[in-house]
Amino acid sequence: MDLKLKIWRQAGPDASGKFVEYPIQDISPESSFLEMLDILNEQLVAKGEDPVAFDHDCREGICGTCSLFINGRPHGPDTAITTCQLHMRRFKDGDTIVIEPWRAKPFPVIKDLMVDRIAFDEIIQAGGYVSINTGPMPDANVLPIPKKNADLAMDAASCIGCGACVATCKNASAMLFVSAKVSQFALLPQGKAEAKERVRKMVAKMDELGFGNCTNTYACEVECPKEISVTNIARMNREFFMAKIS
Amino acid sequence: MAKLDSKIPEGAIAEKWTNYKAHQNLVNPANKRKIDVIVIGTGLAGGAAAASLGELGFNVKVFCIQDSPRRAHSIAAQGGINAAKNYPNDGDSIYRLFYDTVKGGDYRAREANVYRLAEVSNNIIDQCVAQGVPFAREYGGLLDNRSFGGALVSRTFYARGQTGQQLLLGAYSALSKEINKGSVELYTRREMQDIVIIDGKARGVIVRNLVTGKLERHGAHAVLLATGGYGNVFFLSTNAMTSNGSAAWRVYKKGAFFGNPSFVQIHPTCIPVHGDFQSKLTLMSESLRNDGRIWVPGNKEDAEKIQKGELKPTEITEENRDYYLERRYPAFGNLVPRDVASRAAKERCDAGFGVGNTGLAVYLDFADAINRLGKNVIEARYGNLFQMYEKIVDENPYETPMMIYPAIHYTMGGIWVDYELQTTIPGLFAGGEANFSDHGANRLGASALMQGLSDGYFVLPYTMQNYLADQINVPHFSTDTPEFEKAENGIQEMIDKLLSIQGDETVDSIHKRLGLIMWNYVGMARNIEGLEKAITQIQELRKEFWTRVKVPGSNDGMNVELEKALRLVDYLELGELMARDALVRNESCGGHFREEYKTDEGEALRDDKAFTFVSAWEYTGEDKEPKLNKEPLVFENIEVKQRNYKSA
Amino acid sequence: MSSTFYSSLTKKYVMSLAGLFLLSFLLVHLSINLLLLLDESRGLFNEAAHFMGTNPFIQTFQWVLFGGFAVHMLVGVILQIQNWMARPKRYNKKAVSEESYLSKFMIHTGIIIAVFLVIHLGDFFVLKITGQVPEFAGHHGTEDMGLLVIEKFKMGGYVLFYVIVLIFLGFHLDHAFQSAFQSLGLNNPKYMPFLKGLGRILAIVIGLGYILIPLVIYFK
Repeated sequence: MDLKLKIWRQAGPDASGKFVEYPIQDISPESSFLEMLDILNEQLVAKGEDPVAFDHDCREGICGTCSLFINGRPHGPDTAITTCQLHMRRFKDGDTIVIEPWRAKPFPVIKDLMVDRIAFDEIIQAGGYVSINTGPMPDANVLPIPKKNADLAMDAASCIGCGACVATCKNASAMLFVSAKVSQFALLPQGKAEAKERVRKMVAKMDELGFGNCTNTYACEVECPKEISVTNIARMNREFFMAKIS
Repeated sequence: MAKLDSKIPEGAIAEKWTNYKAHQNLVNPANKRKIDVIVIGTGLAGGAAAASLGELGFNVKVFCIQDSPRRAHSIAAQGGINAAKNYPNDGDSIYRLFYDTVKGGDYRAREANVYRLAEVSNNIIDQCVAQGVPFAREYGGLLDNRSFGGALVSRTFYARGQTGQQLLLGAYSALSKEINKGSVELYTRREMQDIVIIDGKARGVIVRNLVTGKLERHGAHAVLLATGGYGNVFFLSTNAMTSNGSAAWRVYKKGAFFGNPSFVQIHPTCIPVHGDFQSKLTLMSESLRNDGRIWVPGNKEDAEKIQKGELKPTEITEENRDYYLERRYPAFGNLVPRDVASRAAKERCDAGFGVGNTGLAVYLDFADAINRLGKNVIEARYGNLFQMYEKIVDENPYETPMMIYPAIHYTMGGIWVDYELQTTIPGLFAGGEANFSDHGANRLGASALMQGLSDGYFVLPYTMQNYLADQINVPHFSTDTPEFEKAENGIQEMIDKLLSIQGDETVDSIHKRLGLIMWNYVGMARNIEGLEKAITQIQELRKEFWTRVKVPGSNDGMNVELEKALRLVDYLELGELMARDALVRNESCGGHFREEYKTDEGEALRDDKAFTFVSAWEYTGEDKEPKLNKEPLVFENIEVKQRNYKSA
Repeated sequence: MSSTFYSSLTKKYVMSLAGLFLLSFLLVHLSINLLLLLDESRGLFNEAAHFMGTNPFIQTFQWVLFGGFAVHMLVGVILQIQNWMARPKRYNKKAVSEESYLSKFMIHTGIIIAVFLVIHLGDFFVLKITGQVPEFAGHHGTEDMGLLVIEKFKMGGYVLFYVIVLIFLGFHLDHAFQSAFQSLGLNNPKYMPFLKGLGRILAIVIGLGYILIPLVIYFK
């Protein structure tokens, strides 16, 4: 396949960036999207040019490191996968592919397509945990948890923190991310003790960091590589309301 | 050899850990604040240890190479975590878990460590449940267990196919709690470059800030490495792209011994290599072998036609298929341990019976299972795996058999540690996959998560305290010392040199060549000629690297090529040590298979008399041969036997 | 404490509650308007308008209604500004994945409705409270608001403008109704499809209901 890549290049956090076009030839439809970028980078390095910086790590769709806004969609034109699982057979010979970094105020660009998502960690640090220390705990089976709740909690907990929800949201809202963590603990008895504190603190931190507000476009649910449901957002709205009135 | 003291506590095996804890030194709460600890890596071992040490009151600095501690490669573990809870009431016990782990490791692990691992396994499950880890449950609301290879009981706890993710997020949440409290300070996008030793003790590290390119100095009373395995020396592996062996290698060169470097686990069920542009291999869960049947064509002409695309697997009749695992191992069939299954696949492909366009793949066929159980049952069991396969390969595994091939997955070898998980450098500890581990020569499924969390939550917080107890009067470290200066300069020189070569080969192209040497000669099947060839070829490649590598850009800011080059420097040395270790070990055990040492039927043949020891390699200087130290392994609680998978 | 009031979620509750309240007003208003079609003499309509204009409870409540509008608009604008600020650098290729497509244009449809509201108030409300509406021949002491309306709806340009605005109102409501429940945390997979359907029906009924009146009057 021969393709034309239009890639956002930005030397550093404070530099002003621009789109640069790169033609690329002979790409196997069997290669992954990131392998296609690897090939581009090998060619750039061979020519003595600066390779394109992009985040990636496990390359099997679970670490949440890879990002990329490809032709208007985070993680590209396929559903329920991350960019590293996207394969070139999803494109046609001669296609132009526009590749941009995640765009959101709390996700500043570090270089080229790489952004800083430490804001997500800060939200978790604000309360995304059960405040217990390591030590002898009651036996794991002392606390039966209805399978349905355990499964719903697992659905929410499968979030990989990639930021696709923020990237696709027209408001750059982090509600799906935050609500997934709030939901996981709201659904489990272990999380009950500090449920109110947790949702209050996490929402306050989310607002403070400058994420946008949720306008229920549900784009996040469409683009989430782990297909996390917006019912989690409703659950967080409920939790927050209950925390505020009591 | 005084230096190699495993410090196994006295007493009966079941009491060693209890005795150790009862008599160890502790640091009083007020003094803990005076003590700084550095943790490198935020996977299961590092994340759990950093959080637990922070909870105890130490000042912890934790570093990760990724942009967030939640992304460490522990996250990719699929299957589950073992524990001796005996919830299914099927006869499990701490002893049985201990026994299975030692046996699975082909009797090359330290008994006392493995027993402790089995002992704390139950605490891990309790801890994780209390954290809110959403393990799979039964309808009654209690925890579900499933069975895994190498065991006669169901003892594996799991969270869908994402157990590693959920356990890591548990440790990450504990770590986040401590960061919020201020007891742990987090440094992301940092890669450890060197250890700083002052008066014989580990007192700090040099890290490279991957965003700015700056070298940073950090001092502490003790350092813990939890930097994972070095499987990426093979270029292609199931490891993440940033998983690397540099931290382990740099401390080796500063005096820490390297244990069993040649013990590498090759996982039999990975998606095969499809082209030379490939960057990474994807694992398909071992659980697939419960229902899938592995086969290749029975005659070569069919295999060749398949390779050329002239024939489809579904067109090959039953009598022309060779279910080679069922043929060779009637008792265990498709469920033989990982090392056995991997070697058998390689044997068939080398003989010309492989499939796929490269001829380096075998079929994993679900047609029988679908006929027997129905598509719905198979979909419920493996739906997400089938979907993942289809996304990657673009073939529907419900209709045509999957293609699989073995791939590098885990390194049992690593930094040598004693019972306290302390290396031969005082004050330097190693946990998780980074240490030479409790898995001996082969790791059983669902044991890696257990070991990482055991080290992190329940072992290191005790043993490090034992070391730190006499450090309370040592003030916080200034990094303005000649030792830090020297370490930093050493790294700076290496960086400058790499940037100055400006040759004609990219880092990856050299790494791919190294990977090929490793895979061909230090991979699944090894022999004396191959290993010797590997050593010479690696030495030549290393010379070529230092004259021909091209690293563009500078060190002022992000430079991914430079990062990769710095890691390759170490792989080019580590690969040689792996070959040396494999060469010395004149036996076959677990993942280490020497073609000269096999039974008449082609199975691995151990030499317990000569090789019941841990190889602990000692660095002796640039271009000098490393020295082999041996830690003898004593089995007092387990009878050492030959593994047999042909009959039950 | 400040975070309680300024929290993004609190603002969303306020938006939702105010919105649902305004929706009830639209229904009342629509039912009164429809009286114009039921009774060509305008008697019923004028009587209802008179009742609304004189009943002390309604008169007081009208300020709550104004408050509702004000809050809905103010908070809506604040939220929107924050949303724009959350992405200072736009995408070259815009995101395309909205499930609720109209949600993208809430501020736009909202502003159009607000502009209309000002004109609308000028056309009727201001005339009424300043006593410029002629007396209704059919009933002493009642203003002929109906005549005012019919005169407007005889003007083609006004009808066109009115119809367009009401289509936008329909769009606004289609997203708004189910969105309000989601924001209030009342999303449940079981009844959410019903709420989405109900929202669409309401949007169509309200939109078409209002549109019907000028069209009937104009073409008669």
